[in-house]
Amino acid sequence: MRLTDHERAMLDGGHGEAAARAMDLLVRYGEALGAERLVETRNVAGAFNASTPSVREIAEDSLDRVFSELNLDSDDVIEIPHVAVPTCQLITGIDNDNFATQGVDPELADLQLRSEQYLGKRGINLMCTCTPYQVGNVPVMGEHCAWMESSAVIYANSVLGARTNVEGKESTGAAALTGRIPYWGLHCPENRFAQHLIRVETEVGDMAEWGVLGYFTGFAVEEEIPAFEGLTDQPSLVKLKHFGAAAASSGGVELYHMPGITPEAASLDAAFGPNARPEPAVYGAAERRRTWERLQNASDRKLDFVMLGCPHNSIEQMALIAELLDGKRIHSDTELWVHTPRAIRQVADRSGYTAIIEAAGGVVMSDTCPSISRKVPAGTRVIATDSAKQAHYLPAIAKVQGWFGSVEQCVNSAIAGEWLGVVQ
Amino acid sequence: MSEAQAKPRVITLKGRKVVGGKATAEALVSTQTISGWGGINEREGSVIELHHQLNGVSFAGKVLVFPGAKGSSGWSAYWHMCRLNGTAPAAMIFTRMTTKIALGAVVSRVPTVTDLDGDVFELIETGDLVEVDADAGVVTITKR
Repeated sequence: MRLTDHERAMLDGGHGEAAARAMDLLVRYGEALGAERLVETRNVAGAFNASTPSVREIAEDSLDRVFSELNLDSDDVIEIPHVAVPTCQLITGIDNDNFATQGVDPELADLQLRSEQYLGKRGINLMCTCTPYQVGNVPVMGEHCAWMESSAVIYANSVLGARTNVEGKESTGAAALTGRIPYWGLHCPENRFAQHLIRVETEVGDMAEWGVLGYFTGFAVEEEIPAFEGLTDQPSLVKLKHFGAAAASSGGVELYHMPGITPEAASLDAAFGPNARPEPAVYGAAERRRTWERLQNASDRKLDFVMLGCPHNSIEQMALIAELLDGKRIHSDTELWVHTPRAIRQVADRSGYTAIIEAAGGVVMSDTCPSISRKVPAGTRVIATDSAKQAHYLPAIAKVQGWFGSVEQCVNSAIAGEWLGVVQ
Repeated sequence: MSEAQAKPRVITLKGRKVVGGKATAEALVSTQTISGWGGINEREGSVIELHHQLNGVSFAGKVLVFPGAKGSSGWSAYWHMCRLNGTAPAAMIFTRMTTKIALGAVVSRVPTVTDLDGDVFELIETGDLVEVDADAGVVTITKR
């Protein structure tokens, strides 16, 4: 791999041991990819927090060891300096306020707090959400980023026109300390053209329907780039957030083009560029129904747990849930957890939405989600969620049955204590 | 059964090193991509994704032959934890390059190759003995 003089100096230890270890990892990673060089980035979103039982043993030694081993792949413990470029923490395993409700060991919650102090001192912004683009980290068109979190990557690439691959814990650690990431994949404009065409021949309107289209898309194109025609709805942030998270779960989609909606391709011709336009994959009423059914991994209707807010809810979603729950009471056998970034939670508190949700018996969570924390209410056998991503992952992670439906279906089912949803 | 048929058939493929090193073990073949976070149990080194063809199967100590990675960006972190827990595969052979599989292979530190000059899903079956000499970019398959 070709390195600049500055990158060579970092690799050779001229900018400290941590930068040298970071460069060593970036070179090993870049060579594994077949990348020819690195690219500068000033926008890193990664996972640095120590909040899981498997990290605890390493953290007992030192937090430098956690970063060295898990964020730099270094066997030696390195003293970690301030990050070189703006960097934020994505979602974590523990809600700092609701850890007891989550069923988290208080010692682990304390470890997370200590870890946050360590990270904050080194300049890592503790956004603690899977949706940094909702709380102040909004990359601009063409900006080279080094982001983890598949649902955030697909949003940054597609909706914002930024450029990032799906990075990992180690590569974001190295990028934070060097401001570099391999120039490969979606950093290169020639790799950003569409390879598949999806023709939508049915109504895609509400958030759940956008999630189902995303889930279909991931199966249809795996990790390749689709373009869409036939969409009649003008989607909002919320719908594209759900769409992307679903497509990145059933497949590995990191970029899509919706001419007239996403910024990089104003037409199908621009979306495909030099690539031949393939025969379209049709998404009609039958495909929608089949995909919706594929998201149901449950048979029992007695409902123990309803999870909302994956990816983390916008303020608009918090308002809707409060409206649906206003004056109602969640069934005594059913728990409802609603997840939103801490910064948005503050707006929800101030707007009275949190109080309405709590008065109905729900819990408003931040910083985490059940799939990341692997925590669901004790004794949960059957869950329901309005997220295709959570419906995909949580049954496997928590060994539970899982229903998927719209937010209205989920809230009404939480009130009834049984799954009332129907496949649409 | 004739003598010729009883003899193990040996196939050699040439490809590109992703992570250096050399290992020999039984093959475990998946024609489906595999998730990291949410798709494997890093303590047991097994696939846990519902409906996956390897659901419940352990890849620890095997030569894992698969198209590559899918799903969450926690991919590398979970395969990294497999290495720390001693449940990583002995070697990996994959066909579709992505950042997830590249970084995951690097931090798993197991011999890994890609771009082989033959269809690994045709030529390798679960249970075959496979040697991965990643530095040379050579895979040697002894059919069972």
